[in-house]
Amino acid sequence: MSTIKLTVNGRAVSADVEDRTLLVHLLRDHLNLTGTHVGCDTSQCGACVVHVDGRAVKSCTMLVGEANGANVTTIEGISKGEELHPMQAAFRDNHGLQCGYCTPGMIMSAIDIVNRHGGNLDEDTVRHELEGNICRCTGYHNIVKSVLDAAGRMKVSAAAE
Amino acid sequence: MGVEGIGASVVRKEDRRFITGKGRYVDDIKLQGMTHAHFVRSPHAHAKVKGIDSSAALKMPGVVAVLTGQQIVDDKVGNLICGWAIHSKDGTPMKMGAWPAMAPETVRFVGQAVAVVIAETKNQAKDAAEAVVVDYEELPAASDIRAAIAPGAPQLHPEAPGNVVYDWEIGDKNATNEAFSKAANVVTLELTNNRLVPNAMEPRAAIGDYNDAEEHFTLYTTSQNPHVARLVLSAFYNIAPEHKLRVIAPDVGGGFGSKIFIYPEEMVALWASKKVNRPVKWTGDRTEAFLTDAHGRDHLTKAELAFDKDNKILGLRVSTHANFGAYMSLFSSSVPTYLYATLLSGQYNIPAIYAEVMGVYTNTSPVDAYRGAGRPEASFVIERLMETSARQLKVDPAELRRKNFVTVFPHQTPVIMAYDIGDFNASLDAALKTIDYAGFPARQAKAKSEGKLRGIGFSCYIEACGIAPSKAVGSLGAGVGLWESAEVRVNPVGTIEILTGSHSHGQGHETTFSQLIAERLGVPISQVQIIHGDTDKVQFGMGTYGSRSLAVGGSAIIKAMEKVEAKAKKIAAHALEASEDDIVIENGEFKVTGTDKSIALPMVALAAYTAHNLPDGMEPGLKESAFYDPSNFTFPAGTYICELEVDPGTGKTSFVNFVAADDFGRLINPMIVEGQVHGGLTQGIGQALLEGAVYDSTGQLVTASFMDYAMPRADDVPSYKLQHTTTLCPGNPLGVKGCGEAGAIGASAAVINAITNAIGNNKLEMPATPDRVWHAIHGQA
Amino acid sequence: MYETHYHRASSVEDAAALFAKGSDAKFLAGGQTLLPVMKQRLAAPTDVVDLAKIPAMIGVEVSGDTVTIKAATTHYDVATNTALQKTLPALAHLAGMIGDPAVRYRGTIGGSLANNDPAADYPAAVLALNATVKTNKRSISAEDFFKGLFTTALEDGEIITAVSFPVPAKAGYAKFRHPASRFALTGVFVAKSKSGDVRVAATGASQNGVMRVPSIEQALKANWSASALDGIKVSADGLMSDIHGAADYRANLIKVMAQRAVTEAG
Ligand SMILES: Cc1cc2nc3c(=O)[nH]c(=O)nc-3n(C[C@H](O)[C@H](O)[C@H](O)COP(=O)(O)OP(=O)(O)OC[C@H]3O[C@@H](n4cnc5c(N)ncnc54)[C@H](O)[C@@H]3O)c2cc1C
Ligand code: FES
Ligand code: FES
Repeated sequence: MSTIKLTVNGRAVSADVEDRTLLVHLLRDHLNLTGTHVGCDTSQCGACVVHVDGRAVKSCTMLVGEANGANVTTIEGISKGEELHPMQAAFRDNHGLQCGYCTPGMIMSAIDIVNRHGGNLDEDTVRHELEGNICRCTGYHNIVKSVLDAAGRMKVSAAAE
Repeated sequence: MGVEGIGASVVRKEDRRFITGKGRYVDDIKLQGMTHAHFVRSPHAHAKVKGIDSSAALKMPGVVAVLTGQQIVDDKVGNLICGWAIHSKDGTPMKMGAWPAMAPETVRFVGQAVAVVIAETKNQAKDAAEAVVVDYEELPAASDIRAAIAPGAPQLHPEAPGNVVYDWEIGDKNATNEAFSKAANVVTLELTNNRLVPNAMEPRAAIGDYNDAEEHFTLYTTSQNPHVARLVLSAFYNIAPEHKLRVIAPDVGGGFGSKIFIYPEEMVALWASKKVNRPVKWTGDRTEAFLTDAHGRDHLTKAELAFDKDNKILGLRVSTHANFGAYMSLFSSSVPTYLYATLLSGQYNIPAIYAEVMGVYTNTSPVDAYRGAGRPEASFVIERLMETSARQLKVDPAELRRKNFVTVFPHQTPVIMAYDIGDFNASLDAALKTIDYAGFPARQAKAKSEGKLRGIGFSCYIEACGIAPSKAVGSLGAGVGLWESAEVRVNPVGTIEILTGSHSHGQGHETTFSQLIAERLGVPISQVQIIHGDTDKVQFGMGTYGSRSLAVGGSAIIKAMEKVEAKAKKIAAHALEASEDDIVIENGEFKVTGTDKSIALPMVALAAYTAHNLPDGMEPGLKESAFYDPSNFTFPAGTYICELEVDPGTGKTSFVNFVAADDFGRLINPMIVEGQVHGGLTQGIGQALLEGAVYDSTGQLVTASFMDYAMPRADDVPSYKLQHTTTLCPGNPLGVKGCGEAGAIGASAAVINAITNAIGNNKLEMPATPDRVWHAIHGQA
Repeated sequence: MYETHYHRASSVEDAAALFAKGSDAKFLAGGQTLLPVMKQRLAAPTDVVDLAKIPAMIGVEVSGDTVTIKAATTHYDVATNTALQKTLPALAHLAGMIGDPAVRYRGTIGGSLANNDPAADYPAAVLALNATVKTNKRSISAEDFFKGLFTTALEDGEIITAVSFPVPAKAGYAKFRHPASRFALTGVFVAKSKSGDVRVAATGASQNGVMRVPSIEQALKANWSASALDGIKVSADGLMSDIHGAADYRANLIKVMAQRAVTEAG
């Protein structure tokens, strides 16, 4: 057992958990942030992606100890109150989700993709960069559309700030 | 229509909770005092269970109980059932072995549960499951169809000699043989329809919650049809009587058929919650999903098509072996029979068809309906045959199809189905135009100059959806009726609740169904709430599969709405002192035509509930229900054309263009329809290029994780070009046909036809991996 | 996963000491291999010693004719290092092709080499570039480091601290992805040293892990061009064969990927 202290969605949190606890389980089971999902056991599906210190990582492949002291953002922490993050809005407007299970991980990965590439995104790049996120419902067509749309929106909202 | 009515691509009402992480799936639910279950599973494909020693496990920290198959038997929990009776050629009923929820004596596939550990935490349950000692006596296994029907093969069930469940036939054998004897040309093909793992991204999960004071059970489960689950759990498994069992299917993360069935794990979670008198949660992991979710497809087929000298089809002869796995899953028996062979006529006039299907037990996971269920297999057979025929007869593949299209409706095929309506030329034309078929030879030549092999492939699919007319399926052996129910409640303030027996696990019912109401009443969809997935709220329903939700479930809503509107019109007429016949509904108001007199829906609703001033003899309230039983299947159809390039150096396939022209009848929300097509196409492409469940000869699943089972990723598939052509379905009030499975039904044949066209070798099995394509080009080294 | 004890090391010495204290300890770097294995209960270390935040183990240095990558540098940081992109672009390119973006943010070169997965990408570069693996105890030449499937010359408790690569005259990497796992079904790294020596290493192909391909090396030494390999036939003996690729297919891929790597190397 260890005491883990980290910042999640801007809030300082602390939890006493077994060392074998994965970040995803800390979020889901101890902090009740169930928006982050688990879709596989082999670190391949991306349903669990969150941001740790600004980088999109698989929370199923990180021990809580590794995240100790880190700044974690989950799907629950990206909108500003009622106002959706541009990526969330783009997923909704472009029908980038169906069952919604892969969606939190997709959105967190997609934000990271846009952060890295800025406006220089094309369809091929988006498809390639989404390699680590599996969706069984959408066939990716509208996810790709959503990410490209959001890239434009994020540029605009960054310029406005 | 209003801006949110029929035909509007309204953004989905349900999305906000999903994009903000507020969806509520079974594993997100925590109950007071909840325990966690972990199953002890067989590592062997076939073995006798000689003993189970739980003593060490029971002493481990946090362990509440270890329960075994024998206890399930002792408690008289029923064996798992197969709900569709099929008879063999000789009239004998299908031959089935027993399937207990946990195996007391014999295990027949890797991953079959023999015991369950219940503990305070999931990790404790896992830790203790390793300490349960099971004494197995290994038996020889038959891990595929060929091995199972070989002489001297290991026998799975004493009830099914030779591992044969049934040997079934359909069509007129003599007439078909005669057609072949007159043929100018016969085209023959041997095909494998590869076995698939559904892999909904949310793994199955269940929470059983027993309340001893009320003797009442609640089951939270990842189900596509919670009412069917309740029916089966009570009527056949004797776990709880129907009125003492509530089944809740909250947000469900995809199903594709795999969440229709009531699996051992759900049964055990429910049963065990009474045993330990605490809630019991089981959440499957991906490995368990690979091992225990019902797989799909897995056919071996020989098919022949007879043509006259004018290239008109004379007859079709098909012989198929279907793999059922180790046990007969809930609807498995119907999939390779009535959902498969009845569609073998495709879009074509085929005067004589004969098909025989042998269903076979093997030491593998049970096989049942997976997106398309039987229809993708049928479509693959006929569309691979048509393409092969065009090549053999040296005619254009589009023209050969056109020449044989059914053009007069209704059309009775020789295999039960009566196509009500369609326009196959229209979808073919739309697809040909979109892909610029005329320009293909030039594009192919250009690719060749760049060292690439370019090919084009067709698939003109038809399917039967809107499952299903109850009387018809009853006469074919179904154990249930396949109607749907709906209830419309107009609340006193004028908001509307629709209760439906169909279930959404990604299809967007909350939006599409609301649009139906918006269309009829002219109210915004925000005023409508769709309620589903809870047997305590919705009185009954058959659930969602077979692309039935809108055609059957939506029609039930329309029927209930008609009743509500009739009553509301009476109330409005009474209030406005007008004739009922003069009342029209517009923008949420009841108006007297030709006047400016009107009364708003909330006022009508309020009047219905205050009951101060209702027409004489009218009951208060504004709530109606309806059951809708379709009169026929619906027949979505279309043409898919795929253009792709093969890299001869590596055998890798890349898409250049993929066109899908579908006729789904009326589209309520085109955006949602297109999303369904995208997803279906990707699963069809997945089957064609990537996916395949492989067992080794000892019955171990070689592809038991995403490390080995190739799921389609974003960079494996293209953006699609969709077209819609429309013939309205005459069989239901909405004119809709269903769109959930089409993509998965039509896509794989188009892909394989295109690759074989590109490489000039017709012998290629699915999945057409780069390795297989390279070998098809260069031969075996 | 079985219960374990997590320790975050502050320095290489601290890590070695923490390791020595555990009864069955393991080092943890990016965790992108170790954690999936532990999740599946295929490994049960009593202690995991985290190397990922040791400052001396992170960074890319380019000096003269040598590139040094510290062992805990992530694939992402290697792929995006601008100095490396100029000096040894093939290596940055290789790092950018490992797994997916989330894996690249966490996974490290040291972890990849210590693990020596037969389908991993880095071993091909290390072997073809004739790199030196530096540990807290010694320097090991590439030739001596890889000892077959998942085995290396590392001793128990030995820590890779850095890898140093001589800057080649030309180098290129071409990878054919495994359709499911996205590791290399076969990947080939070709390198021509400044002295004119040619080394070619293939990963994902051999039953014994990363290997050199002498026939291709000879052909390229004579004529550094893709077409020089047209007539070459790589033997399928000793190559892996599974549902994703038969041995003869992998043999073909070695040649085709080598050709593409040469084209890329220029
Ligand atoms: C989805 C997915 C896809 C992937 N795709 C690819 C791919 O395409 N190509 C590829 O090459 N790899 C791939 N990988 C593996 C990835 O590159 C890993 O990051 C890498 O193999 C291990 O590095 P790590 O830092 O994560 O090591 P860890 O997982 O932390 O450790 C791996 C092993 O190395 C030991 N170790 C770690 N660091 C050191 C050190 N400095 N000294 C001594 N021992 C050490 C550990 O004790 C452990 O035994 C993939 C992984 C995943 C999850
Ligand atoms: S759950 Fe983390 S990658 Fe699948
Ligand atoms: S929306 Fe269902 S898995 Fe992506």
